[in-house]
Amino acid sequence: MSDHPILVGFDGTDAAHRAVEFAGSRAEAIGCPVHIAYILEWSPYSFLSAQELEERHQRRTEELSRAEATLSPALDILRKRDIPVTYEVRYGHSGELMCQIAQEKQASQIVIGRKGGSGLGARLLGSLALTLVQAAPLPVTVVP
Amino acid sequence: MFSTKWIPASVAGAAILSFAPVAQAQQGGMDQVINETVAPVSNVIAGAIFYSVSFGDVEFPLIVGWLVLAASIFTLYFGFVQFRKFGHAISLVKGDYSDPNDAGEVSHFQALATALSGTVGLGNIAGVAVAISIGGPGATFWMILAGLLGMASKFTECTLGVKFRNEYADGRISGGPMYYLSKGLKEQGKPGLGRVLAVVFSVCCIGGAVGGGNMFQANQAFQQIVNVTGGEQSFFAGNGWLFGLVMAAIVGMVIIGGIKSIAKVTEKIVPFMAVIYVISGLVIIGMNLDHAGDAIYRIFNGAFTGAGVAGGMVGALIQGFKRAAFSNEAGIGSAAIAHSAVRTKEPITEGYVALLEPFIDTVVICTMTAIVITISGELQTDLTGVALTSAAYATAFSWFPIVLALAVVLFAFSTMLSWSYYGLKAWTYLFGEGKGKETVFKAFFCLCVIIGASMNLGPVIDFSDAMIFAMALPNVVGLYFLMPVVKREAAQYWQKIERGEIKRVK
Repeated sequence: MSDHPILVGFDGTDAAHRAVEFAGSRAEAIGCPVHIAYILEWSPYSFLSAQELEERHQRRTEELSRAEATLSPALDILRKRDIPVTYEVRYGHSGELMCQIAQEKQASQIVIGRKGGSGLGARLLGSLALTLVQAAPLPVTVVP
Repeated sequence: MFSTKWIPASVAGAAILSFAPVAQAQQGGMDQVINETVAPVSNVIAGAIFYSVSFGDVEFPLIVGWLVLAASIFTLYFGFVQFRKFGHAISLVKGDYSDPNDAGEVSHFQALATALSGTVGLGNIAGVAVAISIGGPGATFWMILAGLLGMASKFTECTLGVKFRNEYADGRISGGPMYYLSKGLKEQGKPGLGRVLAVVFSVCCIGGAVGGGNMFQANQAFQQIVNVTGGEQSFFAGNGWLFGLVMAAIVGMVIIGGIKSIAKVTEKIVPFMAVIYVISGLVIIGMNLDHAGDAIYRIFNGAFTGAGVAGGMVGALIQGFKRAAFSNEAGIGSAAIAHSAVRTKEPITEGYVALLEPFIDTVVICTMTAIVITISGELQTDLTGVALTSAAYATAFSWFPIVLALAVVLFAFSTMLSWSYYGLKAWTYLFGEGKGKETVFKAFFCLCVIIGASMNLGPVIDFSDAMIFAMALPNVVGLYFLMPVVKREAAQYWQKIERGEIKRVK
């Protein structure tokens, strides 16, 4: 038994669900909880039009409830297997926030999915896996 | 290509000095019809707003004095807040005091950037050139002074914008002078006066939106296109309505059609253009460091002697004050609309952030334009407006006029988008919200793009200046009544900081 959760990065894609499945199996074997983090990419220095400023709070509320809705099937998978699961939805830079959350929750490891694909675009854009492998202070598993 | 064909811009200079209607007989057909219909109306409005008193042979428009007086009073009343709290303003923009749980909400930086995109534009490029071609390098000194004082006006109006904003049940936020005038004065037991000021402001704001925020921009962008495509031989020459139609269609696609991608692209390019402009200016100043001392001497000397300038020192002062006010819009009230959407529990924080706006716009960007023009020696030519700025930059980089032409069109476009929003807010304040009513305003806004591109520059500038400055009348009256509210806000905010209730998070 361990109190240190496995941290899963989630974004609603199939790959993210595979990561949740994988983390579930590991959690069962170790006997530890799972913490799912859904990060909405956001920079306080991005540019918005005046109309977007006006609607920002409204949009944010919508985005958060949509994220929660996307999360619920993943939470169900773990709950059905009696794995203790917690989650949070946050705005920010995904790489930095994953490392920060890992520290806050004293996680033992990070599990994330990847979309795959070998095109140049996928390599350039799929940078969360690269960032974490490079910068995370704890073990990272990338689920294909 | 940018040299002698800039007749309309020099006409602009003359028009700004004299405020007289300028007849210019080189357009025909459709353009002429539009011009003859609109010019008489705009002349009456401009004449009323720009009522001037004479100083020797120079006319001093009272409205400019009104703005500078207000800025000076706010500066003294708040104890030179623009200098004392400048560092705190920078910390706020950097997010040093932002609650991490508010990530995803509107940050101080975003509110400032959006407000800036509405003010940085042709005023910084064309307006400055007009000011120093008429008022001499000395006008720069007065422009900087007006910019520094204006920081206190912005501080006052943007604090009130957040303090009295409307937060609707669905999460949208609406703020601006029409709300602080009506709600703020109601709190002080003057609901009638507040309502009247708010309505007058809204009417002027709609005028300012279609004038300075639209017709002036369309007009200047069109002049640029004509010059780039061959001047008088250009296919576009005399066909302003056609250019206006194209521009109106694009604006319409964004504001009526809701096609965000066009706005997104513009928003990405505009800050990039601004950065290129500033860096190029700094490089030119760096390359001519040996002349920079002389330029600074001429700016200070000219400010007090007015050497070689029509009207001497007063002439330089009027030009400097006037262009600063037109460029940074401090005391006009427009910025309070954009700033009010920020996520903060303390309205005063947005006031501190907003005081950076005239600093960036006027003290940094306008001054740099002025120094580059003074260094370049192009001031001795009879160029003015964008043509002067363009020629000054071209002395160092021959390719710059093309970049500048693109920048002018893009700045014009982004300013139009900002002002279409400000105008719409004033419109909905007067007539209520509703898709039908809003579309009426947006369609009218697009129509004004066509009118603006078709008219002569003289009447357009007169009308634009008039309506934008008219917004300052009700706004500043309200600010005088409400400035004690801002002082109380500041006092309780600094008490919270002292007590440790508000802490730096970074």
